[in-house]
Amino acid sequence: MADKTSSRAIRDFLAEAEEIIEKLNLDLVVLGEAGASGEVDPELLNGIFRGAHSLKGLSGMFGFDDISRLAHHMENLLDSLRLGKVPLGPVLVEVLFDALEILMRLVHGKGENEEFTLELEPMLARIDAVLGGSPTDKSDILARLQLDPSVLGVLTEYEEHRLIENCRKGRRLLRIRASFSLSSFDQDLAEVTELLKKQGEVISTLPCAGEVADRIGFQLLYGTGATDAEVMTRLGRDDLAVEALGESFTTSAAAPAVVGGSEPTAPPPPLEGSESQDAGSASLRSISRTVRVDIDKLDTLMNVVGELVLAKAQVASVVEKLRSNGDPELAMELQKGIRTLERRLGDLQKGVMEVRMVPIGQLFEKMVRIVRRVSGDHGKKVVTDIRGAETELDKLIMEDLSDPLMHIIRNAIDHGIESPAERESAGKPPTARISLEASQKGNHVVIEVRDDGRGIDIERVRRKAVRQGLIAEGVALSREDAYDLLFMPGFSTRDEVSDLSGRGVGMDVVRSNISALSGMIELDSQLGVGTKVSITLPITLAIIKALIVRVGDKTYAIPINSVLETLMVEPGSIRSIERREVIELRQSTLPLLRLDDLFHLASRSRRDARIFVAVVGLADKKIGIVVDELLGQQDVVIKSLGNVLTFVRGVAGAADLGNQKTILVLDVGGLMNEALRGEASAYV
Amino acid sequence: MVKKILIAEDSPTMRSLIVSTVSALGDFEIVEAANGFEALRALPREKVDLVITDINMPDINGLELVSFIRNNENYRTTPLFIISTEGSERDREKGLSLGADAYLTKPFSPAHLQALVRQYLGGEA
Repeated sequence: MADKTSSRAIRDFLAEAEEIIEKLNLDLVVLGEAGASGEVDPELLNGIFRGAHSLKGLSGMFGFDDISRLAHHMENLLDSLRLGKVPLGPVLVEVLFDALEILMRLVHGKGENEEFTLELEPMLARIDAVLGGSPTDKSDILARLQLDPSVLGVLTEYEEHRLIENCRKGRRLLRIRASFSLSSFDQDLAEVTELLKKQGEVISTLPCAGEVADRIGFQLLYGTGATDAEVMTRLGRDDLAVEALGESFTTSAAAPAVVGGSEPTAPPPPLEGSESQDAGSASLRSISRTVRVDIDKLDTLMNVVGELVLAKAQVASVVEKLRSNGDPELAMELQKGIRTLERRLGDLQKGVMEVRMVPIGQLFEKMVRIVRRVSGDHGKKVVTDIRGAETELDKLIMEDLSDPLMHIIRNAIDHGIESPAERESAGKPPTARISLEASQKGNHVVIEVRDDGRGIDIERVRRKAVRQGLIAEGVALSREDAYDLLFMPGFSTRDEVSDLSGRGVGMDVVRSNISALSGMIELDSQLGVGTKVSITLPITLAIIKALIVRVGDKTYAIPINSVLETLMVEPGSIRSIERREVIELRQSTLPLLRLDDLFHLASRSRRDARIFVAVVGLADKKIGIVVDELLGQQDVVIKSLGNVLTFVRGVAGAADLGNQKTILVLDVGGLMNEALRGEASAYV
Repeated sequence: MVKKILIAEDSPTMRSLIVSTVSALGDFEIVEAANGFEALRALPREKVDLVITDINMPDINGLELVSFIRNNENYRTTPLFIISTEGSERDREKGLSLGADAYLTKPFSPAHLQALVRQYLGGEA
């Protein structure tokens, strides 16, 4: 089959496989937690089973026998689990997580090279070891139920198991008949099912021909501890008929015999407002209504939009010329057309941008996995909180954010979070908490990673910096300076290289990665209480509105979303504090940064001349960038500089102006670090 | 008259594989359903000549769909195949005894599916 399918089909498969595995990972986290509390939702378990099942079937079609084989073993294990043949325990959950990890590596490996494979035997052996439990024969119980063959005949093996479980719990079996309009039966059914789930379990849903052409009937098989009257009251609709089934069994079911010592899975928790049914149908809808698109195609589209924006700017400048030295009337007419073009182009640009947006939840999910694995490796107990998972970010930014975020989290677990014993002696709960929170602030997204670990010890940072010769003995270190040191290449407060975060990547790389995305990273920490890392990022890159400025004979672009205001400043109002230039701006002090100094440019206007200041701000910090002239606002298309200029401080990338001119885009986050560094510049 | 085939399968990739396997045989009109409910809705609307369904779907299972079709005047004789991941022998037996005309296991052989389609619909190929 594999040779017949195009590489595109394989890409689709890999994307779907990745989706399935990520979903499984998340569900498994929930399952693990539910297992610990003894309350397992059979629907969750069944969903996990179906995931492994689909993966097996799919990978088999594409001839990826290794994925299929591993998924098959997982499926067996999950099948036994959902059929109550093996008990749910931490070892089993661990084995499933590890198997998923290998599946993910296989999928990613095959994305690079279809021949990629891994040694599976040890993993398969582990799964089989957990599976070792003896199967239970339940056919006798089913036989005793004496149900109508038309009821039993359509149940899958799993549904049979649920049926038996319900009987074992001494629940009564009811058959509920309903008839709905063909146009709305799924909502009606979801509504009824939702109500029923509050008092029991819907075991199966059998559709049957309706008495009228545009209606459809359903028979729900329902296990409940409630009486018929209670069920009817709860349902509160008269288009349903309730009928008891297998009455002879329910009396004897009060004395359930648990066979084989295996722990049967718990009943569905009677959660108030449980949304599983809704969630199920919502996600189904998305399956049939979404298209999967290669990000490269979106990039191409985005580039085309970018070129169009530039072309429009070119035309606009021709109009300007026409107006001043040609035909003003023609220019007016042309101007009208351009305005319409501009609006539509704006819509197009917005549309393409929106398509590139993905919820950050996807990335957070990955991080939850990392927290689980890393904390486990390190013998630390950590739970993860996620907030703002629906916040959207450009897919490409998201990709590039993955590594820095992972590193921050590894750092938090490795350096920040104490061992359970250490935490208890400090009067903290033994289980630490890492929270991931995203929120949108205007054109930016702020991502915060918070831990409740030991916090950053300024004194220890200082000693280490002295030892490494970064600062002189006896230099006092402000909080900000200490944090800044943590971002220096090669700086680590740990003496031994840790297996976790000491992989040659430090916070310096994290910062430069974030800067490359035109973002900013900040630390805040309280000794003994915890650390917060905040990352501020633009929602999207690609096309941005920029303030074009001139310094000397050079032109630069400042992303407009970080420009708060522009000022014209008389030389007399500039003061000097600790050898740094500042101005007063509405009762606060604004530090100035001169681009001509930073980039060693010969500025035409000297210090006695009137200057222009672009006030830029990210997060809650502000600085003023001093320039010779403000040239105006313009859309610019960001082009990657590749690796050529990544070492240049203060430059985020290059941009195309409409007139075939390339200019540098300033990295506001980097410039702000530079300007707010204060004393720290003494040792750089 | 172009024959119509309803394919109920929740995995989009698997669905498109089945579609392309069947379409390779000739000119059919394919009705895709991403779950059992979509299939239930499509049945009275489209007059289909063949149904191909998965067993494990999130809302109603394939067996229930088979039972529905076989107990309904309008579709009683419509050919029906189940394609499911090899699994419970019981599910297979039930599917066939409910009246499915064929039961294929995933990974299915495209040639096998094509042969079945040709057998039940006759095909130009």
